[in-house]
Amino acid sequence: MTSLPKASPGTRLGLVIDLDICVGCHACAVNCKEWNTGGYHAPLTDERPYDADPIGVWFNRIHTYEVTSDVSGASDPADARVVHFPRSCLHCEDAPCVTVCPTGASYKRAADGIVLVEESRCIGCKLCSWACPYGAREYDGAEGVMKKCTLCIDRIYNEAFEEIDRVPACVSTCPATARHFGDLGDPDSEVSKLVAARGGVELMPEMKTEPVNRYLPPRPRRDGVAGGAAIGASSLEDAAPEGGFLGWLDKLLSD
Amino acid sequence: MHPAYSIIFFTTASGLGYGLLALLGLAGAAGYVPAERWLGVAGLGLALGAVTFGLLSSTFHLGHPERAWMAVREWRSSWLAREGVLALATYVPAGLFGIGWVFFGSTGGVWAWCGLLAALGAVVTVACTAMIYASIRAIPRWHNRFVPPVYLALSLLTGALALDAVLRLFGAARPAVSLLAVAAAVLGAALKLLYWRHIDRARPVATAASATGLTGQVRLLDAPHTSPNYLQQEMGYRVARKHALRLRRIALVMGFVVPAALSLLTLPVGGWTGAALAVLAALIGYLGVLVERWLFFAEATHAVMLYYGEAGV
Repeated sequence: MTSLPKASPGTRLGLVIDLDICVGCHACAVNCKEWNTGGYHAPLTDERPYDADPIGVWFNRIHTYEVTSDVSGASDPADARVVHFPRSCLHCEDAPCVTVCPTGASYKRAADGIVLVEESRCIGCKLCSWACPYGAREYDGAEGVMKKCTLCIDRIYNEAFEEIDRVPACVSTCPATARHFGDLGDPDSEVSKLVAARGGVELMPEMKTEPVNRYLPPRPRRDGVAGGAAIGASSLEDAAPEGGFLGWLDKLLSD
Repeated sequence: MHPAYSIIFFTTASGLGYGLLALLGLAGAAGYVPAERWLGVAGLGLALGAVTFGLLSSTFHLGHPERAWMAVREWRSSWLAREGVLALATYVPAGLFGIGWVFFGSTGGVWAWCGLLAALGAVVTVACTAMIYASIRAIPRWHNRFVPPVYLALSLLTGALALDAVLRLFGAARPAVSLLAVAAAVLGAALKLLYWRHIDRARPVATAASATGLTGQVRLLDAPHTSPNYLQQEMGYRVARKHALRLRRIALVMGFVVPAALSLLTLPVGGWTGAALAVLAALIGYLGVLVERWLFFAEATHAVMLYYGEAGV
């Protein structure tokens, strides 16, 4: 059934991604590929992996942007900052990828809000990937079906795992703890509190998809520190003239 | 958007077929065209042949064509499924209408009702095809009010041109059909010009900043991968501005101006010369609509490209 579940929102599992501390290491993308190429959507085919034009299915892609506060376009290098941006399925409440599916292969689970593809029903028409504004779906040309992030349903409910490991592969591997997993439908959950505290945002609200995932924007810079170029290391010139080790060194070198 | 030839052929061929079917159904039911056997075979054969060729062509781009039969299931939510349901349903009255015309030499009575139902099915199916594109928010150049009228007008245009050619080939020229083709060309050109004006002037719906949730100017510094992925191959197609403008002119001239002029020329000219002119008008008109449909895809920018360096869509 590709009509969206009408039940009042209960559990809504999703990710909260902290753009302030993501270091852009791509470990989440690599571990996602590693887990999922043996998981629900196995395999995540790579075609011509060692040729000049490799192509493959990934559920998680990390873009790196330069952000300057001056919207007029005259960018001041001192004002620029780099933001690493992991992009994956947002498990939208009003998921357009689900409603366009003609066969019922695409669906959103009423119980936890996860958006999935039932591969045996997928005809490979690609319309769902056209409907998604976020590029969350990637077509597997070798298998002829559409694939997407499953929020690691084969990990998060896996009773063979210790409780602490029942999180998506991208979350478990992040060395900077920039990725958080939890129930965004529950306002008292840890992830919901984090979103409230840090002013978490949804992506492209103008597309009216109501994403579940939230992104935490980079924290504002400290007062008086405009950017990297303006931060000077303390120099010997300004060494305390009244004494101390640096003062002694300054005197020694000045003579 | 990547202009896949199978989809371009599908939407233009089925547009022509349904346009012709709708006009044959209406004209037959009204007794405006003779219920002559070979005219029926040729007219309905061309209409249903184009529709069937289009539907088969649309399955060529599927990853699993053998599962295509499942694509009618979710008609409650999916315009693609609705199109499938209506395309299949329209075969029933169209087939009965054809049986009445070809085997019983009649388009009146109960057969007329079949013709009217086939015409209704044809129009609604084309509207569903248009809505597949017009319903996609992620592609603002498709998600606007001009897209469904353009699809319907171009279906009417190519159908009227084909009907004019078929009627003249069977010596059953009807001036009103030639004039209908001219009117459809004027309507189609006007709608297409409005569409182009709209997409050239519309303010961006989404920007790189809204796509990333960041404030300020957002510029792609480093792409996630070193060779194009599926998203870029399918949705990152770009056509140079100067090429697009030239192709728009070609589409306008071949799709609307030349067919309208040729259709007007056929009015005072009868016989085989008139038939030859009408066939030429139909062929050139169809080629023009092919260019128009190619541009419809090539000029459409998808929101996902905001993550890959596009500033706004």
